[in-house]
Amino acid sequence: MNLILEVWRQKNANDTGSFVTYEAKDIIPDMSFLEMLDVVNEDLIARGEQPIAFDSDCREGICGTCSMVINGIAHGGLRGTTACQLHMRHFSDGDTITVEPWRASAFPVIRDLVTDRDAFDRIIQAGGFVSVNTGGTPDANALPIPKTDADEAMDAAACIGCGACVAACKNASAMLFVSAKVSHLALLPQGKPEAERRVLNMVKQMSIEGFGSCTVTGSCEAVCPKEISIDFIARMNREYGKAILKNRTDSKEGA
Amino acid sequence: MAILNSNIPSGPVAQKWEKHKFDMKLVNPANKRKFDVIVVGSGLAGASAAATMAELGYNVKCFCFQDSPRRAHSIAAQGGINAAKNYQNDGDSIYRLFYDTIKGGDFRAREANVYRLAQVSVNIIDQCAAQGVPFAREYGGLLSNRSFGGAQVSRTFYARGQTGQQLLIGAYQALERQIGLGKVKMYSRTEMLELVLIDGHAKGIIVRDLVTGAISTHAGDAVVLATGGYGNVFYLSTNAKGCNVTATWRAYKKGACFANPCYTQIHPTCIPVSGEHQSKLTLMSESLRNDGRVWIPKRKEDCRKVPHEIPEEARDYILERKYPSYGNLAPRDISSRAAKEACDEGRGVGPSGLGVYLDFADAIKRLGENVIRERYANLFDMYEKITGENAYKLPMRIYPAVHYTMGGSWVDYNLMSNVPGLFVLGEANFSDHGANRLGASALMQGLADGYFVLPYTIGNYFASAKQPKPKADHPEFKKALDDVQARTKRLLSIKGKRTVNSFHKELGKIMWEKCGMARSEQSLKEALKLIPALREEFYKNVNVAGSEGEFNQNLEHAGRLADFFEFGELLCHDALHRNESCGGHFRVEYQTEDGEAKRNDEDYAYVAAWEYAGEGKPPILNKEPLVYEEIHMSTRSYK
Ligand SMILES: Cc1cc2nc3c(=O)[nH]c(=O)nc-3n(C[C@H](O)[C@H](O)[C@H](O)COP(=O)(O)OP(=O)(O)OC[C@H]3O[C@@H](n4cnc5c(N)ncnc54)[C@H](O)[C@@H]3O)c2cc1C
Ligand code: FES
Repeated sequence: MNLILEVWRQKNANDTGSFVTYEAKDIIPDMSFLEMLDVVNEDLIARGEQPIAFDSDCREGICGTCSMVINGIAHGGLRGTTACQLHMRHFSDGDTITVEPWRASAFPVIRDLVTDRDAFDRIIQAGGFVSVNTGGTPDANALPIPKTDADEAMDAAACIGCGACVAACKNASAMLFVSAKVSHLALLPQGKPEAERRVLNMVKQMSIEGFGSCTVTGSCEAVCPKEISIDFIARMNREYGKAILKNRTDSKEGA
Repeated sequence: MAILNSNIPSGPVAQKWEKHKFDMKLVNPANKRKFDVIVVGSGLAGASAAATMAELGYNVKCFCFQDSPRRAHSIAAQGGINAAKNYQNDGDSIYRLFYDTIKGGDFRAREANVYRLAQVSVNIIDQCAAQGVPFAREYGGLLSNRSFGGAQVSRTFYARGQTGQQLLIGAYQALERQIGLGKVKMYSRTEMLELVLIDGHAKGIIVRDLVTGAISTHAGDAVVLATGGYGNVFYLSTNAKGCNVTATWRAYKKGACFANPCYTQIHPTCIPVSGEHQSKLTLMSESLRNDGRVWIPKRKEDCRKVPHEIPEEARDYILERKYPSYGNLAPRDISSRAAKEACDEGRGVGPSGLGVYLDFADAIKRLGENVIRERYANLFDMYEKITGENAYKLPMRIYPAVHYTMGGSWVDYNLMSNVPGLFVLGEANFSDHGANRLGASALMQGLADGYFVLPYTIGNYFASAKQPKPKADHPEFKKALDDVQARTKRLLSIKGKRTVNSFHKELGKIMWEKCGMARSEQSLKEALKLIPALREEFYKNVNVAGSEGEFNQNLEHAGRLADFFEFGELLCHDALHRNESCGGHFRVEYQTEDGEAKRNDEDYAYVAAWEYAGEGKPPILNKEPLVYEEIHMSTRSYK
């Protein structure tokens, strides 16, 4: 099939950027969306033009590197699917497809479809961990954990940190990402001792980074490639409320 | 010739590590902050090492080429991690894990390292559980296990089909905690392009900032490479697109020996290639072989039929037939070859004829679709996304693909290369898996190296080497920086007619056809002619887009490919010199009557550690003899 692409091109963070039209020819249904872009790029390089910059690594939906808005929807709108796992059989000959980067002030564009998502790492630095050093830990079976809790923690921990939730939210809120980490650790006994401090520090960092507030529209859940549930946002709000009530200080010291 | 001293401690194998830990010199807690450690890589090995060393008090700088350390290729591991916990009471022990790993590696690994790996495996699970890794559990609240290829006990811990992700997130969180505390300085989107030695010791690296293109130097008291495997020399592999050999190859060219490059693992259960556009291959975890049965039609004529129209008696369950005691859980190299043979006979299935069925119908009948869904839903979903087929209804089609590389930088018992101060961890080193790695053992090794081995042995180096602090203005840094700049400029100045990717694809084809699942003297000699010729064309005719001082993915790819070209030659060279078949290295000249690998212990029971001899000169072969004190070398049989 042959397609028309409207792709966001932007040389660097300071450039204003604009859409540029390209043709994608002889695309076959078994290609992934990124393989289709590879074809376009090979063609651009052969013509002496700059290829379209986009991030990817694992290309199997787990590393969270690929990140693009396809036809206005983060990752392209196929339920539970990253852009790298979206295959061309979901498009038809003659389609026009727009491709843009994540748009959020906390994720500045580096080039074309590539953005800077360091803000997510800094939120984890603020508290998204259990403060244990290597060694001296008890036997793993010394602390039984109900299977349902472990399973729910795993549902939250499945987050790949891609940032689609932010890109989909009209307020560019990072609540789904933050709540997934807060819930993963709060559901497990290992995470309980510092649960209050964790939620306070992570939420604080989230606002320092310039992510917006949550108005519970659910658009984050709809695009999440790991189908993380917004129930975790409700859980985090409860954790946060509890922590505020207990009025803990937000010391960042983690040793 | 390089001096290779494996530094294996004396004494009985079970006590070597304890004894060594006692004998090693320590750096006192207050002095640790005086040492700067450079860690390249943030996968399981790099992240665990960086976090642990920072906890101990060292100053750590950590580098990765992805935009976040959490995205290292370890994230993609699906199936699980081994540990000799014997929670299932099924006869497992440290000794059995040690034995299985040595045997699985076809008696080409170093005993002492493997024993230590089995010993510390139990600590890894404790550590990860304490970090909040959500391992799978039973209703009673205790940890659940599954079995994996090459083992008759259930010792694999897992977190759904995302074990690598969860273990890496655990290590990443430990690392981020140390970054927050100021003990680790993280450099993401930064690629190491050169190693710097001063007076023979590793003292720094040259890196390129992938956002701005700026090239800069970093000095340290030791350099740790945890940069993963080189599977992408084959272009198509299950590795992430960015995986590369640059760090260990640059170290090789600075004197660090490269060991056993020809030991590459082909994984039996991957989704078959669908066309020329294919940019990478996708693994379907080996854990599927717990419930899936591998079969092909007995008769060629049936290959085009819909699978359920082929009656039971017309099916050939190849692994169950050939290896009755291990059946569908035979080790990877053996299972891969069985699939290849079947397809070579013309009995392969699917559009390309390069595929065999992995069928869950019996398991679904026995356990119900829900149980299968609970165990493997994410894998079945991934299969459907890629192929458009529903594996609950139709058998999966699978074919072997390059997956893991056992070879890597030569290291001693302390994980230090023959260049003092240069340590190599994880998939990037050669040490523990011999000629074939068992499933669920790479995650174990990466974390063993990073959490529990390097943090001890690096202190011993600091306390005994007593090297002066490197100065960033030392002429060696300037020289290395100039070299990197010259290489970059050269690649950009060619402006030929072919794309980087087209060269990579062609190199990959040569490697796969001539040095893939089956190798021969003739095919390898052909490869050794084709690769240099292609490399020459590359330097005349490649077209690298863009410029140096900007975000330039095409330039990154070109640099990695340039190193793959040189490395691919060494790989073939090693494969040609090893006149035997063992593990993942199968030379068609050396096989038994029924097509099994034929080892030659008399002549080849050694580690081949290749040493760089200078531009255009053949590499020098150093041999580290493999001495088996504990385990009797035997013919590997899974029948
Ligand atoms: C699809 C798949 C599934 C797997 N499943 C399993 C499994 O179930 N069980 C198991 O035990 N093993 C499994 N493996 C193998 C295992 O995942 C890897 O061997 C292991 O994770 C490697 O870890 P590592 O830390 O050594 O390297 P990696 O995780 O590959 O990390 C390499 C790091 O080095 C960095 N790096 C590389 N080069 C440079 C450079 N030049 N400059 C700067 N940084 C650099 C990268 O950015 C990255 O951070 C699987 C592998 C694959 C491909
Ligand atoms: S490239 Fe890894 S999730 Fe898409």
